[in-house]
Amino acid sequence: MLKTYAYPEFPYVQPPEQKSGQIVRKKAVIVGGGPIGLTMALDLAVQGIPCVVLDDNNTVSIGSRAVCYAKRPLEVWDRLGCAAPMVDKGVGWKIGKVFRDEELVYQFDLLPEDDHKMPAFINLQQYYLEEYLIERCKDFGDLVDIRWMNKVISVKNNPDHVRFTIETPDGIYEMEADYAIACDGAKSDVREMLGAEFTGQFFQDRFLIADVVMKADFPTERWFWFNPPFHRGQSVLLHKQSDDVWRIDFQLGWNADPEEEKKPEKIIPRLKAMLGEDTEFELEWASVYQFACRRMSKFRYGRLFFAGDAAHQVSPFGARGANTGVQDTDNLAWKLKLVMDGKAPDSLLDSYDEERVFAADDNLRNSTRSTDFITPKSNISRTFRDATLDLAQKYGFARKLVNSGRLSSPTPYVNSSLNTPDSDAFHGTMAPGTNCADAPVKVGGTPGWLLNHLGGGFKVIYFSDGSGTPAALAALQDAPVPVEALVIGGNVEDTKGLVTDRYDGTPGTTYLIRPDQHVAARWRSFDPAKVTAALNRAIGK
Amino acid sequence: MSKEPAMTLNLEPNFANPDDFYERLIETHRGLSDAQSADVNAKLVLLLSNHIGDMAILTQAMDIAREGHEAQE
Repeated sequence: MLKTYAYPEFPYVQPPEQKSGQIVRKKAVIVGGGPIGLTMALDLAVQGIPCVVLDDNNTVSIGSRAVCYAKRPLEVWDRLGCAAPMVDKGVGWKIGKVFRDEELVYQFDLLPEDDHKMPAFINLQQYYLEEYLIERCKDFGDLVDIRWMNKVISVKNNPDHVRFTIETPDGIYEMEADYAIACDGAKSDVREMLGAEFTGQFFQDRFLIADVVMKADFPTERWFWFNPPFHRGQSVLLHKQSDDVWRIDFQLGWNADPEEEKKPEKIIPRLKAMLGEDTEFELEWASVYQFACRRMSKFRYGRLFFAGDAAHQVSPFGARGANTGVQDTDNLAWKLKLVMDGKAPDSLLDSYDEERVFAADDNLRNSTRSTDFITPKSNISRTFRDATLDLAQKYGFARKLVNSGRLSSPTPYVNSSLNTPDSDAFHGTMAPGTNCADAPVKVGGTPGWLLNHLGGGFKVIYFSDGSGTPAALAALQDAPVPVEALVIGGNVEDTKGLVTDRYDGTPGTTYLIRPDQHVAARWRSFDPAKVTAALNRAIGK
Repeated sequence: MSKEPAMTLNLEPNFANPDDFYERLIETHRGLSDAQSADVNAKLVLLLSNHIGDMAILTQAMDIAREGHEAQE
């Protein structure tokens, strides 16, 4: 198999606690050095919280695995200072095509709105993504202590700390954590050790995923086939990644033998049937998998939290795995900081469970629906699916029913207990619980982006009524939980008028924004007492 | 005397949430045998046809539904 990528090997270093035999209590321990664990580490580090990351391996993801990254996680990584290399290296795309037999059934355009810093979607092999996250962690020096070849072999979840037993090449040691976050993937050992429930649906189907290196003139689009001539009775997905690597997924059916199907001599003929005898290609990596849609009943167990696939597993159609995992850590990190600092009650951490379980259910619903369409579970379900595809070739209404994956978008926390419900009338989509829309702005004459200026603390966006910044607004930054003011028409220039548009910003309009860039509350005028009340509500007081 | 324009079958998207509808449709058949599903489908067609009532519209729908199928005898 060809190699377009050289896997780095990270050095194992014997942990100091193992050498000394001392049991040390850490502020935060993260289990799993994949995309979610590393993002969690960065989000703690930017807030000055030291953490240990335990990983049982010593390299990045083997194979491309998660491939599609959506705008919202890219915005989170931009807040953490590492989106630029991802966007540079990744392949941007926005057109998806759905074929049946040889015919194009329909195509969709993600129609990204202009004037957002981050693109709608990029495709990037997971190993690059992890490499960039690890590079970024280095900028924080000792704050992020990544320990390779450190495998958790037991967990004791105590009321006031979590205790880990860890195995390294040098033997076994113990470590304690004030707070721990398990980001150790769908097969989470920590979840297993806790004996926590992880239930849902298994789908009786198998998929072959292959990374293929080729110079092909397929456009940079997502192509999905139902029943193509080169793979009858099943579906196929084609996606472009960087370095001329293409991801191809073949649906194999339930009866396929995973060991047999993984063999190159079995895969190459499938690829030749698809790509043509004359297309030159090399197989780089392949895997056969079966998938499930399931989640833990809760994501918080005292001081131990679950994030990413460890907490919830979805089918790959819709790119909802890594994308939603990053939104888990985005939700948790600021809450941990406030509770650690004694500025918010412990109950704020319950809202992680409340908000992210709600989001997981939305993802599971969408992912299950796509899977039911792609892998119908009964004759009648297949009959409806095929009838829908028949009608979709001619009739617009049926195209809306074709489901080859609904692509990941953030789930607004519409009913969150942290929201202050609207008391004034607003147009547009920026309701409490929604993630903030980006827009170009200028601050101090320098062009930039609204989300970059929102950053990672509480903010007020205030639309100036021309009478300057109210003194009570400026005073909010001296509160115990400081709130900085972005005054549109004051310290922030709304270059294209899009902040005003996207936030329905009439003069006096005031938004309270959470550190994870979600709307906590909004009003048509600035009232310091209301802002303070909403702030208290947003920190669980 | 005013004359109503002839009604035509709406073939443009008309569901507020297409995925909600599709899920509910498949859910309606969950756990049924093929024969039971055929019965449920027949009743669905009759119920919806009565609701629509307009023979011109129903005829258009029936014609489209049959497209591509040859009689087997």
